[in-house]
Amino acid sequence: MAADEKSPVSRGFVGRRRSPAQAERVPPGQYVTLDFPILSAGPTPHTALEQWSFALQQGTQRLAEWSWPQFQALQQTSVTVDIHCVTKWSKLDTRWVGVTFDTLLEAAGLESAPTSYVMAYSDGGYTTNLPVTDLVNGQALVVTKFDDAPLAPGHGGPARLLVPHLYFWKSAKWVRGLSFIAEDKPGFWESLGYHMYGDPWKEQRYAGD
Amino acid sequence: MRVPRLPWRTAEIVAVRNETAHARSLALRVDGWPGHDAGQHVDVRLTAADGYQAQRSYSISSPPAAAQLELLVDYVPDGEVSPYLTREARVGDRFELRGPIGGYFIWTAAYGGPLLLIAGGSGIAPFASILAYRAAAAPGIATHLLYSVRTAEDIIFKEQLEAWKRADPALAVSLTLTRSASPDWSGYRGRIDAAMLREVACAVTESPLAYVCGPTAMVEHVADTLVSIGYPPGRVRTERFGPSGEST
Amino acid sequence: MSDNVDANVSDEPAALDGNAAAGLLQQIFAIDITMARITCGGCQLVQPLAALRLYGLPMGNILRCPRCQATLIRAVARDKECWLDLRGAAALHVRLD
Repeated sequence: MAADEKSPVSRGFVGRRRSPAQAERVPPGQYVTLDFPILSAGPTPHTALEQWSFALQQGTQRLAEWSWPQFQALQQTSVTVDIHCVTKWSKLDTRWVGVTFDTLLEAAGLESAPTSYVMAYSDGGYTTNLPVTDLVNGQALVVTKFDDAPLAPGHGGPARLLVPHLYFWKSAKWVRGLSFIAEDKPGFWESLGYHMYGDPWKEQRYAGD
Repeated sequence: MRVPRLPWRTAEIVAVRNETAHARSLALRVDGWPGHDAGQHVDVRLTAADGYQAQRSYSISSPPAAAQLELLVDYVPDGEVSPYLTREARVGDRFELRGPIGGYFIWTAAYGGPLLLIAGGSGIAPFASILAYRAAAAPGIATHLLYSVRTAEDIIFKEQLEAWKRADPALAVSLTLTRSASPDWSGYRGRIDAAMLREVACAVTESPLAYVCGPTAMVEHVADTLVSIGYPPGRVRTERFGPSGEST
Repeated sequence: MSDNVDANVSDEPAALDGNAAAGLLQQIFAIDITMARITCGGCQLVQPLAALRLYGLPMGNILRCPRCQATLIRAVARDKECWLDLRGAAALHVRLD
């Protein structure tokens, strides 16, 4: 098939159940879904809450660390947000509860982040990089509840990062900490050609977009 | 094994055959189809009118010599592609197809036997290709098919399997029903276990070749069990279909 | 448990295997790489690449060791380009026919 020939349309194929597009809320190239598809780079980790902790790190230095009870004792925030996966599905009005990045900094006794970038890291080895400017002011949470229930392991439980204004691969499942880094470095998908930043409104799916 | 780079080709459905309540065979015309070996699969890509695409893999169920390429598709609840292919698609519809793919799960007469083929649900698909090929090319090779499905109504290619069995004394076919069986069911009941495998698998000293295909959990359980009863891991080939038969 | 993986409880992605990665990998390799024997950089297990567990669809293909879960191969394929990371594989053994 020549490079400029489009794929033939399969009559009657629609794909996942989709709502009529609510254009102003849906970034370009996205389709609203009523499902919650699961994409995973590996088997679901199962970390017992007794073993779980969340940390802020810089190099080898642990700036702060919270056990599960300590994390639950931090100020909890509820949000309702739209999420956008690079594989083209969007889900509107998803409800989460967790701890904002701002609260974590404050609880760690930090006036501000020590560097301009973080690498989020997760059980199972997943990583993703983010600018600190995209985490502050309520833009990012570490969430432990979805739809009023504890976050299921398949969706990233006990805790995942939630950064809804970027493509959802940045919302690292099974997150265990944020490592402050001096320079932006590619995480798991970013090192395979996905965009370093990932703004769905600019359709920054791949490097060079 | 040298392989060519694979273009996406256009496939057109020329015939549709419902095999069971939830599984369907699609016969395809594929321009430029280069032919395949028994056991290989294809990648299928569907494009919606608005450009949305989804891709899955399906085993080729027709033998290399068949006039038309056939795929077996099993309906997966909440699936994205199989509901379309099993319930919506009709003769004349088109999609893209890439293949043939996968030299690992091939069987040719040159590999010899004895052969142990173990299928779960729609995992029978590559074995339909292998058995049809074997019937023509190497009917003397001792072969045992063990096929696991939920109920008797879920047996895919039932008539064809019986026909091959009747025609070939070197082919044995055993069926097991895992969910429910009528009182006069004469085959096995329950999921495949070491005892069942010992009965159907020939002695390891004959150096049999085993192929296992079906849902991921079933394939892993069966492969582990074969190894536990003495099959060398290198003589067990596996193809996992993910949950409930749809590849992805 | 029936042979339908419903009983697997839906939080575990039921992995495919290296067979399903063959289409993508055939865009890059001149030989059928799923038949290569690959050594896990984590636990040194040697397997046909086809027997590795496949995750990551549809963003990419992540092939992991069935024994220790280490990641051996990471691949992303688009229309005109591919990315491939083989660092997790200690060795590939290929027969040239």
